[in-house]
Amino acid sequence: MVTGATAMTPLEEELSRLAGSVPDPELPVLTLEELGVLRGVHVLSSGRVEVELTPTYTGCPAIEAMSSDIERVLREHGVAEVSVVTVLSPAWSTDDISAEGRRKLAEFGIAPPRPQGGTGPVPVTLAIRCPRCGSTDTELLSRFSSTACKALRRCTSCREPFDHFKEL
Amino acid sequence: MTSTVNAAALALGDDALVLSHRLGEWAGHAPVLEEEVALANIALDLLGQARVLLSMVGDEDELAYLREERAFRNVQLVEQPNGDFAHTIARQLYFSTYQRLLYGRLAATGDGDFAGLAAKAVKEVAYHQDHAEQWTLRLGDGTAESHERMRRACAALWRFTGELFQPVEGLDVDWRELEADWLASVTAVLERATITVPDGPRTGAWSAGAGRQGLHTESFGRMLAEMQHLHRSHPGATW
Repeated sequence: MVTGATAMTPLEEELSRLAGSVPDPELPVLTLEELGVLRGVHVLSSGRVEVELTPTYTGCPAIEAMSSDIERVLREHGVAEVSVVTVLSPAWSTDDISAEGRRKLAEFGIAPPRPQGGTGPVPVTLAIRCPRCGSTDTELLSRFSSTACKALRRCTSCREPFDHFKEL
Repeated sequence: MTSTVNAAALALGDDALVLSHRLGEWAGHAPVLEEEVALANIALDLLGQARVLLSMVGDEDELAYLREERAFRNVQLVEQPNGDFAHTIARQLYFSTYQRLLYGRLAATGDGDFAGLAAKAVKEVAYHQDHAEQWTLRLGDGTAESHERMRRACAALWRFTGELFQPVEGLDVDWRELEADWLASVTAVLERATITVPDGPRTGAWSAGAGRQGLHTESFGRMLAEMQHLHRSHPGATW
């Protein structure tokens, strides 16, 4: 989600598309735009651009790789000076992942997060579909998995373990 | 940035940094692989919070690696050694419940100095609290051995929980209400886990507010020595 779209110039829109097309370093099937972490692109003066990025989790180490990837892409496009700033507010939510992003996650073998409104853990009783065989008969192995944003589950039909992008 | 905001950021930042380091000590030692990953993930969340908070005060690396023991403002609860797995879970239950309630209030202020971070962190901490609660129930209402260890751990750390509610200057929070909510929440979990709520004092005369004033328990110095050793031995090293 790119906010502040009302005031964007055609150049800013173009740079937003470029920055948003950068793949996530951990989940390369997703772009930063689909992940919903790009908050804004502002041309400060000729050749100077500021990009606002929000972390999925406060301690997510991928944010540094995202920043340097954005800087590289925009520099290659001729922007002389790129600064990426991290913004925390409003807090990122898994609801910010686009419909296309969710589809790609499932295709990649990661169960996408369920839509939510409030905060905090979603009751595990809501069905989470196995991204391999499609069964809704799955169980939680651990609330924490290979990265901060995922939980580890197992499908009781096909017996395969899989990651679930947990709701935040 | 006013000095009271600095002091509050240091207190909250040190809580997160020190607990993060303690949880990191489980790497390679956790009872099962899933727990190793879980504790490392919780540590990473806390480290992220610590970096934001300490950066409000100054250079995060200098603050983490070059301060002496007396300059740290964390509560004594978070510096307590890991002990067995039950001790770590009891520490997590007490602290994550406190942190979730505190951050929830700070987030609700909307525009306070800590509102942005708190609104983000409270969602992460909800998972930490859930993790601690599930383990407290499983161990407390488990075998005779796990029940006894969980009971012992909850009792041993009880005296460090009073300090959590010593008012931190710079935070606009009703501390008595926070304490009442914390007590109600923890009591409910312990009762479901068939563990009698410890009846000892929640502070000792020697420990009331001590961590927040820079007075720490014996094991903290050793923890800091390990945490700071590399940075102090190789100043400015990068990789």
